[in-house]
Amino acid sequence: MNADLLMLAVVDGLSYAGLLFLVSLGLTLICGVFGVINVAHGSLYAIGGYSAASAVAWLLQRQPSTLVLVASLFVVALVVGGLLGAGLRVFLLRHFQDRDPILQLLVTFAVFMVLEDVQRMVWGATPMTASEITGRLGTSEILGVNFMNYQLFLVPGVALLAFALLQILLRYSVAGKQIVAVIHHREVATALGIDAARVGTLSFALAGALGALGGALSVPTTSFVPGLGAEMIVTSFAVVATAGLGQITGALIAATLIGLARSIAVYTVAELEVVMPYLVMVLVLLVRPHGLFSVAAARKI
Amino acid sequence: MRASPSFLCASRLVPAAALAVVAIALALPWARVPAITMLCFGLAALGLTVLMRAGQVSFGHAMYAAIGGYTAAFLARRFPGADALALLAAGVLASVVCGAVASAFLSRYRGIFFGMLNLGISMVLVSLIGKLYAYTGGTDGLRFERPPFLGMQLARGDFEIAMLLLVTLLAGVAAWLVQRYFESAAGQLLRAIKTNETRLEYIGVSARGVLVQGYVVSAALVGLSGVLLALVQGLVTPESGHWLRSGEFVFIAILGGSASALGAFLGAAVFEAIKLLAAAYFTNAWQILLGGTLIAAIFFAPDGLLAAGRARHAARGRDAS
Repeated sequence: MNADLLMLAVVDGLSYAGLLFLVSLGLTLICGVFGVINVAHGSLYAIGGYSAASAVAWLLQRQPSTLVLVASLFVVALVVGGLLGAGLRVFLLRHFQDRDPILQLLVTFAVFMVLEDVQRMVWGATPMTASEITGRLGTSEILGVNFMNYQLFLVPGVALLAFALLQILLRYSVAGKQIVAVIHHREVATALGIDAARVGTLSFALAGALGALGGALSVPTTSFVPGLGAEMIVTSFAVVATAGLGQITGALIAATLIGLARSIAVYTVAELEVVMPYLVMVLVLLVRPHGLFSVAAARKI
Repeated sequence: MRASPSFLCASRLVPAAALAVVAIALALPWARVPAITMLCFGLAALGLTVLMRAGQVSFGHAMYAAIGGYTAAFLARRFPGADALALLAAGVLASVVCGAVASAFLSRYRGIFFGMLNLGISMVLVSLIGKLYAYTGGTDGLRFERPPFLGMQLARGDFEIAMLLLVTLLAGVAAWLVQRYFESAAGQLLRAIKTNETRLEYIGVSARGVLVQGYVVSAALVGLSGVLLALVQGLVTPESGHWLRSGEFVFIAILGGSASALGAFLGAAVFEAIKLLAAAYFTNAWQILLGGTLIAAIFFAPDGLLAAGRARHAARGRDAS
């Protein structure tokens, strides 16, 4: 593998890691607040991507500026993802809140199956993309290799920004502190007067927006076809498990690790591309059974 | 120990239903393969029920079906004329060995990590099967000639009938054995992993050892179902190990509930009925139908259809007296 290929692999890997991180962030947030893995998060990713592609296609008939196009990705993702995430919680998952976490996971799996068919009905099976955006943002040359600005700056930038904003939100805002309190101990938080149901809806909306944003930012570089949501949810599971459930900084590191491992595999042993995330996960979990950043839990006798 | 009331209550209904299914399938040739599929899915879900007793759910167990199926296919191609029952035994043995090796380290994990690691391993396995085209036929899978059954070279229809009878017999025996296992001391320990593992360790029992036992049993059952399906179809594909298939097994196990070994077959019957119904009337919306059923089942019958039916039965009994 020569230096040019390595550069390509690293930029590809970091860009993919950025998308993966955005999706995993939503997944790990829900996991922290509710202790539940939300399989339907994969549908939010896919629906975010599909709606962004539709919005861009609609805007393109009206000669928009590049800024409007890029902004449309964010607006569509935040609105669609936020509403769907909150709706999922308010109309469905709230009623299963006190059930066994495994049953709750299966409810989200059922939602995922339903939404998979809904996507097929709304957007059909033809691939959808918004590659116009990457073209408009142009390319930059580093050490003689051309990179898309979109992959080089925008995606990793947004991922880091989301990471920083979420940290600030959780640490300094009232709503964020309430989320942290509920993550730490739901009963005590409720006893202190925190409306745990509202915090739950808020974190679902936030997680949904992050998942859909991951999808919307993927759509300029990936063609969306049915089944993409399933692939993404399984990969981001791998990230969340590698990081340790509910670990935000861990998710950043795990996503980078998995993104780089995958893109290096693409350029060297292409057969192993799909396998890399799970290989990384299995290797990490063999050494640290609860993920990279796990917290010791008290034993209940 | 006597059979528990749950088993007695269902033990009258389910064998009757099974006999009815077999009779219908014998009479109507088109119903044979769905009936075999149903019983095979029931066997696999029975394997997952064993793990669910311990409160663990695996999202990768279909890999044992693939391991069993591919073992049978390799052997059938390598040794043409090998008997179906020999292939069956070899496939189950391969699943048991792989299950034992995997459980040696998977038994350290619980809950979501247990499910995820199973999923991870199954994804690696399925991708490898898909990529190693020279050995596995890639995504097209492996075809093999119909093997002789007990030394008899049967035509397609007769072979299906023979397989149907074999599957019914094996399903009955497996359900009985698993029910005995649940009621044995070892099976009760399995249950203790779900309620409180630390207490189990305090009375000097190795929780890992108990889970390894359960895991090997479940791998054997899923492997058995995989070989049987492969033999009936004369084909094994990577899809047989895909995580969506594992999800279907979990779905059936949840529908049936972990209260009794017979629940898995009831769940499989409901699942197969939904699939047939969807194929006939809602071709574009069968996942919606499946997902809706799962949500309704978890909402109204979180312990499974069998437990829900029994609770209703008991309530009616109380009202009457």
